[in-house]
Amino acid sequence: MHSRRIAEFFIEAAIFLAGTLSILFVILIFIFLLKESLSLFETTSLWDFLTGKDWYPISYPPRFGILPLILGSVWVTVGAIAISVPLSVSCAIYIAEVAPRWLRDLLKAGVELLAAIPSVVLGFIGLTALVPLVQGVFHLPTGLTALSGSLMLGFMAVPTIVSITEDALTNVPRSYREGALALGATHWQTIWRVLLPAASPGLVAAVMLGVGRVIGETMAVMMITGNAAQIPSSFLQPVRTMTATIAAEMGEAVRGSDHYFALFSIGIVLFMITFFINLTADFFLHRERQKLS
Amino acid sequence: MTRRGVFKPIWNGYFEEGTPMKTAQASVIVSEAKQSPFSDCFVSAKVRWRILAMTAFLLLPTPSSFAKPEVIQIKGSDTMVNLGQAWAEEFMKENPEVSIAVTGGGSGTGIAALINGTTNIAQSSRDMKAEEKAEVLKATGKGVKEFLVGIDALAVVVHPGNPVSELSMDQLSDIFTRKITRWNEVGGADEPILVLSRERNSGTHVYFLEQVLRKGNAQGPEEFAPSVLMMPSSQAIVQEVSRSQTAIGYVGLGYVTKKLKPLQVRKTPESPAVAPAIETAQNKTYPISRPLYIYTAGEPEGDEKRFINFVMSGEGQEIVRVMDFVPLQTTEDR
Repeated sequence: MHSRRIAEFFIEAAIFLAGTLSILFVILIFIFLLKESLSLFETTSLWDFLTGKDWYPISYPPRFGILPLILGSVWVTVGAIAISVPLSVSCAIYIAEVAPRWLRDLLKAGVELLAAIPSVVLGFIGLTALVPLVQGVFHLPTGLTALSGSLMLGFMAVPTIVSITEDALTNVPRSYREGALALGATHWQTIWRVLLPAASPGLVAAVMLGVGRVIGETMAVMMITGNAAQIPSSFLQPVRTMTATIAAEMGEAVRGSDHYFALFSIGIVLFMITFFINLTADFFLHRERQKLS
Repeated sequence: MTRRGVFKPIWNGYFEEGTPMKTAQASVIVSEAKQSPFSDCFVSAKVRWRILAMTAFLLLPTPSSFAKPEVIQIKGSDTMVNLGQAWAEEFMKENPEVSIAVTGGGSGTGIAALINGTTNIAQSSRDMKAEEKAEVLKATGKGVKEFLVGIDALAVVVHPGNPVSELSMDQLSDIFTRKITRWNEVGGADEPILVLSRERNSGTHVYFLEQVLRKGNAQGPEEFAPSVLMMPSSQAIVQEVSRSQTAIGYVGLGYVTKKLKPLQVRKTPESPAVAPAIETAQNKTYPISRPLYIYTAGEPEGDEKRFINFVMSGEGQEIVRVMDFVPLQTTEDR
């Protein structure tokens, strides 16, 4: 009787299915998004969609140009990374190299706690506390600007960047550290000239993952960036991101209308951007492992 | 060298009773009866029965006597959501066997839900377009039934410290399309105007676009300028206007508080400036007042019908007045 062989076969098949399920989901989601969004391009050309400056989806005739939305997302992301990276990398260096053991554990727990706060709560705090502050400090007519969005999102990206950078720094072999100190370098010189360059693939991966986190953020940006679909010329202006557009307009869009397909097309654009960012991050993480082994 | 008996590997089947086996360390005689296929499974028999019992219990159909009664879904206008909740609460108090759930999301959302079949009643602060009515017919096979249930005056609000107190419809149209960009062009300070609007899923947005920006022409070319901020709710507009000296926005009359100043509006530059209020909305002297509708797919029946009759009765209209909307004039008042 081959019952045990059959049992083995089924168990192995089940484990295989569970393992490949995540990839399967990603592929299925991609196919679903693609199917729904390609219907838009019967009436609007891809070029007009990606570079058009007017987003008027419910007018007659509707115009689906998402350039202001793409630029809005890009500006908020760039601002968030500019704020978050120096802060996070310094924090990671402190945790990995300088802090005494008891403080290191405390700080790591604190950073994890920051990651646990739901983004809509941070958006709400931004709306009630950060936005009036920005309005007052810069004497603006309104605090609902790209700057407020960047500040809040930079704050949200800190846990991601800190944990990966800190991992990358502790993975640098002791021999690097010992060699530098033996040659007479000070602690800071070791960190700045030896450890950071050695951990640089991990650093790049951390920043990429932070970017991926920020660009996909929806609730917080919807509440605090003002949602004005204009091409931004300064950080002190309201902007509209792709994610906020989908969240705000999906409920109303009639299934099967051009507006509905256009929102899926925005989704595909977002999907591609995040996909390539994550691919780049993975590539750099792989290089880090190769470099250090 | 042969060994007496063969130590059969476990994947070759089961051990026959009485087979002597020699392993490297000891001889073992299998004396138990042939074992079942699941006996070497890693859970015990007791646990297996429990798992079987739980699965059977979960798969049993729920007796219908335990099921909750049908819930009437009402979805749509954020302007009308509090009003809808007040109606539903009062109706459920008088009819405890009925269950009503009210959600917002915007008039557009409610109409889309009617088309998709996910709501019984759609609340809307704008009238349904012909294409939307055709969509409902196509999707559900039934024609749309429209019920006028109240009137809402839209107040154009500014900060109380703003010196401007009245504007004409043309000036409003130019402000929201950004042909006029500074307050001194309409009699205020020399500051840029911060223009706030509702999001596109809002019936308030669509009504304002058609009646004020496009001056009644639904298909006109005017649009909200790209630099107009789209706020997710009327409450967000209230908050922003009360915080900013140079802001202008529009909200339903029910949202106006002491922290805002509603502007008086002239229909044409020569007509008198009229403030938004219940009387001016009812006698149509205030130009920005709009009807509030309830839509159903097909003729409403049973509890839905009783609810809609309640809404249009004196009791329902009194609730409209209490919620700071404008009740329909009853035949006695005219």
